[in-house]
Order: sequence, then C-alpha cells, then structure tokens
Amino acid sequence: MSPETSPTIVKTLDYTGSERLTMNMGPQHPSAHGVFRAILTLEGEKVVAVDAVIGYLHRCHEKLSETLTYAQYPSIASKTDYVAAMTSELAYVSAAERLAKIDVPKRAQYLRVLVAELQRVASHCLWLGTWCMDMGGALGGGATVFLYCIRERELVLDLFESLTGARLLYGFHQVGGVRYDMPEGWAGECRKTVDLIEQRLLEYEGLLESNAFFQMRTRGVGVISRELAEDVGIGGPLLRASGVAFDLRRAQPYSSYEDFDFKVPVETAGDCYARYQVRMVEFRESIKIVRQVLDGLPEGPISSRPGLKSVAQVRVPKGEMYTRVEGPRGEVGCYLIGDGGAKPYRMKWRGASFSNLAVLPYIIPGHQVADVVAIMGSVDPVFGEVDR
Amino acid sequence: MLQPLTDADARARLAEFPDAVVGAAGNPITVSVPPAKWAEFAAFAKDVLGCRFFSFMSAVDWKEEGLEVIAWVDNSEGGFSLLMKTRLGAGVSGCPSLVPVYRGANWMERECFDMFGIQFEGHPDLRRMLLPEDWVGHPLLKSYAVDTPYPPYR
Repeated sequence: MSPETSPTIVKTLDYTGSERLTMNMGPQHPSAHGVFRAILTLEGEKVVAVDAVIGYLHRCHEKLSETLTYAQYPSIASKTDYVAAMTSELAYVSAAERLAKIDVPKRAQYLRVLVAELQRVASHCLWLGTWCMDMGGALGGGATVFLYCIRERELVLDLFESLTGARLLYGFHQVGGVRYDMPEGWAGECRKTVDLIEQRLLEYEGLLESNAFFQMRTRGVGVISRELAEDVGIGGPLLRASGVAFDLRRAQPYSSYEDFDFKVPVETAGDCYARYQVRMVEFRESIKIVRQVLDGLPEGPISSRPGLKSVAQVRVPKGEMYTRVEGPRGEVGCYLIGDGGAKPYRMKWRGASFSNLAVLPYIIPGHQVADVVAIMGSVDPVFGEVDR
Repeated sequence: MLQPLTDADARARLAEFPDAVVGAAGNPITVSVPPAKWAEFAAFAKDVLGCRFFSFMSAVDWKEEGLEVIAWVDNSEGGFSLLMKTRLGAGVSGCPSLVPVYRGANWMERECFDMFGIQFEGHPDLRRMLLPEDWVGHPLLKSYAVDTPYPPYR
C-alpha cells in the first residue's frame, strides 16, 4: 500500500520523536529484583512518567499476624525481608518485648547485634552484586562483580547455617532473647570471614571506582534531594546519601548499640554513586561492630524466658508500641497493639523497601530507560518487604 | 542555623494548636486530633514542630468505635517522634488526605484505602496498592474473615 492510500504509513513516516509511548517493564524483569511492574511513559528514550505496580508478593502479613501468637510470628517475620531476615525478626520481637516489658539478657542483645551486622554485610553483598549485574557488560564482563559478591555472601550464610541451621530464614530471635548460642569455634570462623570480606572490599572498589562506565552510569543519576528524602520517608543508605544523618542505631539505640563505636557515613550528592559510597562505608562499619561484639561478648543466659511449652505462653498487655530497627535498607518497624492476649490486636509492618520504592515516581522522570535500571538497583528493594 | 526543637519545646508549642489532645510524657509524643483538623495538624507538625521525616501511616479498626488513622513522623535533628491519631467515628470512612503535606503519604494512603476502605479526600490517585483492582472487600477490617475466599473462587 502506498503512503497516498494509507494514512497510517504517512503518520509513521512523519515521526518526529515527540510522540508518547507507554512501555511495560516487568513484572518479570531481571532488574526488578523480584516482582515489580513499572509502566513507563516514554518520549523517545526519555521517561516522562512512572506508574509503579506492586503487590505481586503480597501475603497479608498484617492480617496473618492477628491469627498467630507472639511465639509463632517471629519465624514468619523473617519472610517479609528475606534478604535480611535477622533484622525483620528483631523488629517484631523487640516490639513485643517492649510492650510486655520483658528484659533481654546482655549476651542475647550482643548476639542480636552480631547477627544484625553480619546480615547487613550479606545483604549489601547481594545489593552490590545484583546492581552491578543490572548495569551489565559495561562493568567488565557482566556477572563478574555479581559472582564475587555472591561468593562472599555465601561465607556469611555458612556462618548463619552453623549458628541456626538455616541459610536464609533463621527463626533466631524469640521473645525474651535468642534461640541459639554460638557453637564451639564459631567466633574464630566469624573473625576469619569478616577479615576476608574486608580485604575483598578493596578488590570491588578497585574494580568499580576506576571504571569510567561505572562513574558515568551512577554519578548524577537518580538524585534524591534532602527535602524529598525526608518527605517520602526513605531510609537507611538512601537517606544518608541525601545528606540526612539519621541512623536509628545512633539516634535511638536499641539492643545495646550504644556500647559500640561506629561511624554513620553521610554523603550529600544524593545520586546513585553517593548511595554506593555510603554502603561501602557501612560494610566496613558493620565489620567493625562484629569484631567489637566478639571481643566484648558477655557471659550469661541467652534468653530471659523459660523454654516454650505452649505457643500461647507469651502474653502481652493492652497497649501500643512502635519499635524500629536499622535494617540494611533502612527503617524496619513494627507497630503493635496488644489486647492482653497471646495474639496482637493489630500489627502494622513498616517495610523499609516500601518507602524507598515510593520515591521512584519522583526521581525517575527525566532519565533514560537504561538509568531506570541503575536507579532501581541503587534503591535495593526487596519485594517480600514491599508487598508483605 | 536555628537550634532544633527538643521534645520539651515541641510539647510547649503544641499548646498553639487548640484541638490537639496530647498524651502522656515520653517518646513518642502522642497527639489526637479530630478528623477535620487532621491535615491542618500534619502541616503544623511539619512546619512548626519540624517533624519532616515521614515514617509511616496506617489505620486500626476498633470495631464498633470505628476506624482510627495514625501517622508517625520524626524530627530527626531534635530526636523526638510524633504519633498522630485521629478517630473517624463509627461507620465513617472519609478522612482528609496528607499527600499535600507529606508526599510519603501517597502510597501509604493507597495502602490504607486498599486494606481498610478509607476514602482519603484530596488524594490525587486513590487506587488499590497491594491487592488487584478487582478485589472485593478490605482485608484488614475486623469484619473480614481471614479465610474469605477471593474471586473467582467464591
């Protein structure tokens, strides 16, 4: 058909690049790190609007928790953020403990800090690996950084396996303390592992920071202003990369964090590179805390409560409590309303990734499609926690 | 630079907002306001009390007493938190939106609408957040049974 007889062809030939195209990215997209659908409105290669569709992993944790007792739920809590299960468990049990005024022995508090910081190292390993893989071949052969990081993460998971018997979802925390103590020789293995990871961090930095493509794809990309960061309520490394020195471990210490000496890294650029810098410092600070815990671990019981004989044994009085912990992705919080029974009346889970992801519609417009992948990776979402 | 407000300063300044009922001492400062003053109070919290960090927002179903909407905001420099509450009243599902004040309320309110059916007046785009668009009912209401089958399996 000639252009004279077909208006469609003429229109196509007249394409000026100003037409808008709607493109669906996901839910099964390699850069989604889970199941996330972004409906992008494009002008050429430029994104002008994003509609984020989430909820594919929704399991209604909040409704479920109303049917489970305080003794049963902690092992489910780990399934919200399955990349950092230790911190999710901690958020729930500390809410129940504070509401019921249950003391936690010092040794258990230190062990909680120890696993939380090891978990941060493992989680940041996964973030760095997957992010670099998303940005792909430009970083010297695609999966190189990914495989290196996964190799190191495995070492931490091995430690968790010998501590709790599980590699991903631990059930380590319980109301009143922790469930397992360190086995014989574990502390030595732990020291060796963090020493090794600390050395390997230098390798990653060497690989990435001297790479011009890495710099080009991350510097000035996905800038979050300080004002936007606080307004949306993003947390963790994202917030600190935007110039807000807010770390719950420092601002509102829990589980004896006040005993440890660590730095809270802050950058002001707010771009993907600043988020990378903050996380690289956090790696080292976490390792520093791990060493301090191992050096100063007090003797004593690991739980203030007797062994459970019944799942309804933990009772929490009437009242409300919001406790939050600094997870690898930011503020993981649990708002709990007790009614005097063995099950909560209401539990609200504040997932760090949910709030972090909510910033995307504000920062992505104006960027190219390829940048969407870099920005998504720098946000480090875990969809179990977004969808809960 | 201005000195950040402390917890005690914030409690003193709260007297400027006559409709606010302030709770017991300690962190957080718990404040209840009537629904009509909800958005106005949020703006007061942000501008006067310096609570710029929006942590989360949710709701509680108190059965016969109706729904309660809560929001938690922080003054990160001053080191105190504010828990805002408003009781909508029995059978009422309308509430002013906080999106004009805090952009973080956008997704949180969509989630509350999804889970509790609260209609946030002034929300720019009130759709379901986590559940599919064709879902029937609002699961976190106490009247919604855990084992309610969902379409098309009803």
